[in-house]
Amino acid sequence: MPNEEYNSVEGGLGIAARRVISYVVLILLTFLCLFWFYILFINSTRSHAELNRGFTLLPSSHLMTNLDNVLHGSQPILSGLKNSFIVAGLAAVLCTYFSTMTAYAIHVYDFKAKKAIFTFILAVMMIPTQVTALGFIRLINTIKLQDTLIALIVPAIAAPATFYYMHQYMESALPHAIVEAARIDGSSEWRTFNTISLPIMKPAIAVQMIFTFVFNWNNYFTPALIIKSENKKTLPILIAQLRSADFLKFDMGQVYVSIALSIAPVIVVYLCLSRYIVAGVAVGSVKG
Amino acid sequence: MAKEKKKTSKVVRYNKWGYIFLIPFITIYLIFNMIPLITTIYNSFFENYRQGIIQVGPNWVGLENYITIFSNGDIPKYFSNTIIMWIFGFIPQIFLSLLLAAWFADTRLRIKASGFFKTVIYMPNLIMASAFAMLFFTLFSDSGPINSLLMQIGLISEPYKFLSHTISARGLVCFMNCLMWFGNTTILLMAGMLGIDSALFEAAQVDGATSTQVFFKITLPLLKPILIYVMITSLIGGLQMFDVPQILTNGEGNPVRTTMTMIMYLNKHLYSKNYGLGGAMSVFLFIVTGILSLIVFKFTTKKED
Amino acid sequence: MKKKLLSALLSVAMVSALLAGCGNKTEAPAAEAPAAEATEETAEAPAAEEAVEEAVTVAEDTGKVLNIYCWNEEFKSRLTDHYPGYTEVDATHGTIGDVEVVWNITPSDDNAYQNNLDETLLAQADAADDDKIDLFLVEADYALKYVDTEYTLPVADCGITDADVAEQYQYTKDVVTDSNGQLKGVSWQGCPGVLVYNRAAAKEVLGSDDPAAVQEAVKDWDTFKATAATMKEAGYKMTATSNDAYRVFSNNVTSKWVEDGKINIDANIKAWVDMTKEMVDAGETGTADLWSDDWSAGFYPEGKVFCYFGPAWLIDFCMAADDAASIAAQGGWGAVKGPQGFFWGGTWICAAAGTDNANLVGDIMRQLTCNPDIMIEIVKADNDFVNNKTAMDTMAADTTYGDAVLGGQNALGLFAEGVASVDLSNLSNYDQGCNESFQQAMKEYFEGNATYDEALELFYKSVTEKYPELTY
Repeated sequence: MPNEEYNSVEGGLGIAARRVISYVVLILLTFLCLFWFYILFINSTRSHAELNRGFTLLPSSHLMTNLDNVLHGSQPILSGLKNSFIVAGLAAVLCTYFSTMTAYAIHVYDFKAKKAIFTFILAVMMIPTQVTALGFIRLINTIKLQDTLIALIVPAIAAPATFYYMHQYMESALPHAIVEAARIDGSSEWRTFNTISLPIMKPAIAVQMIFTFVFNWNNYFTPALIIKSENKKTLPILIAQLRSADFLKFDMGQVYVSIALSIAPVIVVYLCLSRYIVAGVAVGSVKG
Repeated sequence: MAKEKKKTSKVVRYNKWGYIFLIPFITIYLIFNMIPLITTIYNSFFENYRQGIIQVGPNWVGLENYITIFSNGDIPKYFSNTIIMWIFGFIPQIFLSLLLAAWFADTRLRIKASGFFKTVIYMPNLIMASAFAMLFFTLFSDSGPINSLLMQIGLISEPYKFLSHTISARGLVCFMNCLMWFGNTTILLMAGMLGIDSALFEAAQVDGATSTQVFFKITLPLLKPILIYVMITSLIGGLQMFDVPQILTNGEGNPVRTTMTMIMYLNKHLYSKNYGLGGAMSVFLFIVTGILSLIVFKFTTKKED
Repeated sequence: MKKKLLSALLSVAMVSALLAGCGNKTEAPAAEAPAAEATEETAEAPAAEEAVEEAVTVAEDTGKVLNIYCWNEEFKSRLTDHYPGYTEVDATHGTIGDVEVVWNITPSDDNAYQNNLDETLLAQADAADDDKIDLFLVEADYALKYVDTEYTLPVADCGITDADVAEQYQYTKDVVTDSNGQLKGVSWQGCPGVLVYNRAAAKEVLGSDDPAAVQEAVKDWDTFKATAATMKEAGYKMTATSNDAYRVFSNNVTSKWVEDGKINIDANIKAWVDMTKEMVDAGETGTADLWSDDWSAGFYPEGKVFCYFGPAWLIDFCMAADDAASIAAQGGWGAVKGPQGFFWGGTWICAAAGTDNANLVGDIMRQLTCNPDIMIEIVKADNDFVNNKTAMDTMAADTTYGDAVLGGQNALGLFAEGVASVDLSNLSNYDQGCNESFQQAMKEYFEGNATYDEALELFYKSVTEKYPELTY
């Protein structure tokens, strides 16, 4: 629907009309994007019984009760928060750092196996994660990493999609001249990568950090199969546990509060990182 | 170690670093992805499943698993489901993303609070897919607010069962996918745009180019690597579409499996730990994705030369 | 505190001593000698008397760790609150005497609990003693998947006798009896169900909300169907969804889902399809899933639903009794036996083969599922309908007891009556998969997206995906 408007106005309409259209579309999208957060918030203020009655747009008064129930309930929500932070945070940092390093290796250097490795990683990207996941669990059990957070963090280092993005971004934003210049200035390869190339990649790194963080934060499938100890469980498992609670403890209010609790930190992380994308910190360094 | 390198300063010496920088990624990949992948391919030639808790097989069956998945007619059906739902989710998504990216980059449009809008569009992705689905169920249930609204304005006289009709069920899957991912795509494109030398835009403006011209003549061509990335990852993501239709239809692909995607079908075989059929299915998916990606890749890079 | 723990310990030791002492092949373990000194503690070990008839010798416990696998906190809180001698350490650890109790809780979403349990059971033989599963929980739908294998110990091997379980409802034993007739699990809960009806609707449409009169209107499926039409005319749905009545039919089948490796559709299941299709077409019921918003809408007067099929836990805890606007809060439901008896829910305790704590597992089973004092404690503290005929019959006869949700009616007698007729000898290993797939597939038929044959085809396809060994 917005596309036709866009095409038709392109030539004829003045800037004012185009501005109006863009604002209307943007406001509509904003509503569509934020609406869910509003309902989640509303639902977390409602009691289990009220939630059973269906949908409403007005908040109720049970936010503190729900919150209190969750924090003092049987699920260790706070340690879940901590674990989720460790897993998602480390995975995001390791994944972006090493994937950028790999992309850098392919982009900057020229070596025999380069083409083969690039094609190989691209091929890897096409493998559905679903079936290898079960083979993955078997592997984790064989190498005695079950029930450890390490099993959730370390494999994140090899992220073909992140690598590919970094590679594509370098094509458009990291000229070989910059690396050459650094070499002439006497910088070692290691230093060139860490102090010159990485900062240029800031917007791309921020983008991939967000994506990896969010993916790992919300991941239920792998942690549910690997983590068994209560004190190592991440938030999605705890929320799933709240949802499958026995009838005496089943409380949708608690489920929604935990969802809200689990979303709040991601929003904070996202807002911190999104500054880099929105403000465009790194634009200047590309010139040259 | 780094000091020594400096003295030798030959291109070949530098290139050794290419291998060094690859070590962590390749090591981790070989251990955590390659081993499971090889077992997957290996298993596709065996009869290997659980009967309850009792293991059946592995018994060598050659290509029988492949014959099974092709002969029962399921593959074409779930393949077309997947492609249809991907296309109708992807087209609006890429269009919205390009449009937004163009608007945000358009210096004449001068959108106020663009920082706010840029930030907001990715936010649906922050919500867990399962939590999202819970909200969708509430909204679109027979007694839910969407139905009450439609009935109040007189469009329908009795509740419309959104998840019991092919069109609306697929529509909801496309809508949810689009909503969750258009921000992601826009961010990728915008990050790509930040990499474009702003002097180019300034020069174009000085030369009197219109916004449309700037977009099609400067922005799009320079965005190409990122666009190819978006296309390919979205195609791959699309072929692997799973969580949204899975939770919206409780894994059943209602109605009558018209929203069942290939990975959902694959997931069905995992219930019985059917590594044989599941393995064959994923090898097939791997080949199809490979061919399609290759086509997109060749098609988009050829033009450049 | 310490003293209490010691006495509990002693009572456990004494029970074991008695078990061993009365066994046929006696080999009284030396470690259990202090039993004699513990006689003054008999009050704390009521199970001891029941164990006298014990006929099997259980090897002495050597395990220092008791691993329990389950999917939620329910059993943990039962054990914490009611098992003498259990001390909680933290959320996943506790102690019974010098044995450390380790809880492995995996949620059941996405089949994660069973996946996890399967892998651990399959690795049981090679696992270190302290990592072996000792005790795990199952639900009725998939109980036989575990019970009918070598991975589950007969309860007799943990020292539970037929006399111990004599007071338990027969259906709770049928669920966990393997193909050789061996009992391999026990449950502390009974979950018989009744038909609960909306009193206001009954008054308005049937002219009376008296249970006897209402039972007349739903006494068998034909009358049930006729009443549905009357309800529809008055603007009420008979049931909220097509799946409400499903388990009542599926609990009363006369053949198994799978006979000789072939999928089989029982006449009673087909009867459910035929009745439901007519009801859906006539608008007498909906096609939403259980637990959906459309299903629970009928908990409120404006939802306009005449009846639900449910066990005590559903009526007391799931029908929004804490919301003043609900029918339950106003005591607006009534209970009758309904067309057929059925059960819904329940958790069974199984002992894993290879456990090194068979005595302790046996004692947990005995205390929680056979000890009338503890079971009455559970009724009072947790409102469970417990798996003990005498205890529940006593409660049923209590005229002072009434359920507020049911407007003060004491329906415990009805529950007991309904469940006595449930015959579960036709359970199979495939029940969970078949029941889920069948309801899913028939939904397509009810909604008009498929003919009955197409829906059946869909069902066969779905089941053979889950169980590749089956044919149709």
